[in-house]
Amino acid sequence: MTEFLQQLLNGVLLGAIYALIALGYTMVYGVLRFINFAHSDVFMLGAFVAWYSVEKLGLPTQSIGGGLMALLLSMSVCAVLGVVIEKLAYKPLRQRSTLTVLITAIGVSLLIQNVAQNSRLGFGPNPKAFPALFPSQQLHFGTLTVSTHQLVVLAVALSLLGLLYWIVHHTRIGTAMRALSFNATAASLVGINNDRIISFTFGLGSALAGAGGVLYAMNYPSIDPLMGTLPGLKAFVAAVLGGIGNLPGAALGGLLIGLVETFVSGTRLSTFRDAIAFGILIAILLFRPAGLLGKLKVEKV
Amino acid sequence: MAFPIAQRGLLAALILAGVASAVSGSIDPYFLDVVMGVGVSVVLASSLNLINGFTGQFSLGHAGFMALGAYTSAMLSTVVAPRLGWSPALLQWVFFPFSLLVGGLLAAAAGLAVGAPSLRLKGDYLAIVTLGFGEIIRVILQNVDAVGGARGLTGVPTHTNLFWTFGSAALTVYTVWALLNSTHGRGFLAVADDEVAAEAMGLDTTRYKITAFGIGSFFAGIAGGLKGYLNPGGFSFDKSIEIVVMVILGGMGRHAGVVFAAILLTLLPEGLRELGSRSVPNPFGGAAWSLEWIKDMRMILYSLLLILLMLMRPQGLFHRGERRRQRT
Repeated sequence: MTEFLQQLLNGVLLGAIYALIALGYTMVYGVLRFINFAHSDVFMLGAFVAWYSVEKLGLPTQSIGGGLMALLLSMSVCAVLGVVIEKLAYKPLRQRSTLTVLITAIGVSLLIQNVAQNSRLGFGPNPKAFPALFPSQQLHFGTLTVSTHQLVVLAVALSLLGLLYWIVHHTRIGTAMRALSFNATAASLVGINNDRIISFTFGLGSALAGAGGVLYAMNYPSIDPLMGTLPGLKAFVAAVLGGIGNLPGAALGGLLIGLVETFVSGTRLSTFRDAIAFGILIAILLFRPAGLLGKLKVEKV
Repeated sequence: MAFPIAQRGLLAALILAGVASAVSGSIDPYFLDVVMGVGVSVVLASSLNLINGFTGQFSLGHAGFMALGAYTSAMLSTVVAPRLGWSPALLQWVFFPFSLLVGGLLAAAAGLAVGAPSLRLKGDYLAIVTLGFGEIIRVILQNVDAVGGARGLTGVPTHTNLFWTFGSAALTVYTVWALLNSTHGRGFLAVADDEVAAEAMGLDTTRYKITAFGIGSFFAGIAGGLKGYLNPGGFSFDKSIEIVVMVILGGMGRHAGVVFAAILLTLLPEGLRELGSRSVPNPFGGAAWSLEWIKDMRMILYSLLLILLMLMRPQGLFHRGERRRQRT
């Protein structure tokens, strides 16, 4: 029973991180209808910004203030980066086919990865030890062991999800985002500046990815330039699983993938856990082709 | 002999491959390896072109099918071949094509299995399912000790030569070309152009999609068998992306363009590597300028090139004007 609860907790934590990344995929898909492959690399950069802010800028480790500063810093850097990527690489392609934008996104992803791996321009290929940003301590609740880092992950992820929900549903810009994803032409007809909203969406999604990167790195000992690939892929799976373009769907998908992965890791099948995430995805898509919460569009002729 | 032009082309290519193979002993082994890599790329890109280009589906799992073919033919070569007691020549000219064929058929069977869900899924969803399928194959290969696990299969006897790689490349290009130019083959284009209209005209769109997946995967399996060395990492998502990029740069649904793009993208990294080991004479006198930096930069240059190409020539490098109506 204890082990079950422990795994449940770990699964929820991992799921919360996947949810943060998946939301970025799903928001961009909502407004631009394409898969932003560079998202997983923004996630990686988020972790590296936090690393730099501690190692080079000298932010204190093991402190709540320093940890929050590092988190905010990497979220802001990632947000700016997301907007820059969108302006440089995707905006010129607004009228082109989705496939063109998709390949450009793959190009951007490769570019970030390779620059990051270059020792002169980026971080170099070797993994780096990630510092303990927040005070680390093991807390015991009965037989359950929880580290303070896990609590931080949970608190940060939940507040960001709440913040996102508030922005999307209760602010003007959030309403504009929803309008844009519902019908881009109609949105611009009623005076919404589509380009500005798209930039904002990229910034918001990238900030979440940056936060996801920091939270992910906190629970793993080291970070490297290719660390984004697998979590990025799984978050993408989570977004599709929940119904891409659907925000609660992405959160639900992330949680599901995190839980399944954690529980499978605890069994003899642990080495197959990456395959099982995809297997479940395929099974669900076969029965609900638009994802768990997605609505199937009827094609009109 | 009254062969149509395409058959003549195929015959000429096969003869050329045979001649090249006969003199391959005198070619530098590194260079030979690069050239054979080009042949494998052509097979991969042309077969994916049938699925992604001509039939308008979007597969991101080509490397998975390739892996299936590669491991099947490698297992046949390591486990079955030694028990036959055949001479090396017999192994190379009779057993190897047989193992390629078995690998291809197994990949085709998997392709049919993946083609089935494509009846219900479109666009991004299809892409993610094929991606997932490719990853599942890779993870399984990585965890099954009988096929070497994460280390990969080692000690696989290599029977690949110029004849088999270029013969397969020619055969793939020919098959895709001939298929698309047959009465039956027009259906693939119709599915890509407008699925609803194609269905209204009485075409069995499902059958076309599944056929495209089956044939495309068959050749991917053969390409896998042609690749000499095996490790599961070589069949990852990145490899699938590489093949997709070849198809798109070549101009989706163009025969020659995709072949050129496959050749170009295989040679480009090698060319940059070669360039990196040279130096240019310093025009101001003094020590020559080393081009060593290109070695570090080549992947960065490759990705920059990809982005710039998409920004400036999104229809692909070798696309001349509009052949088919653009879908909105």
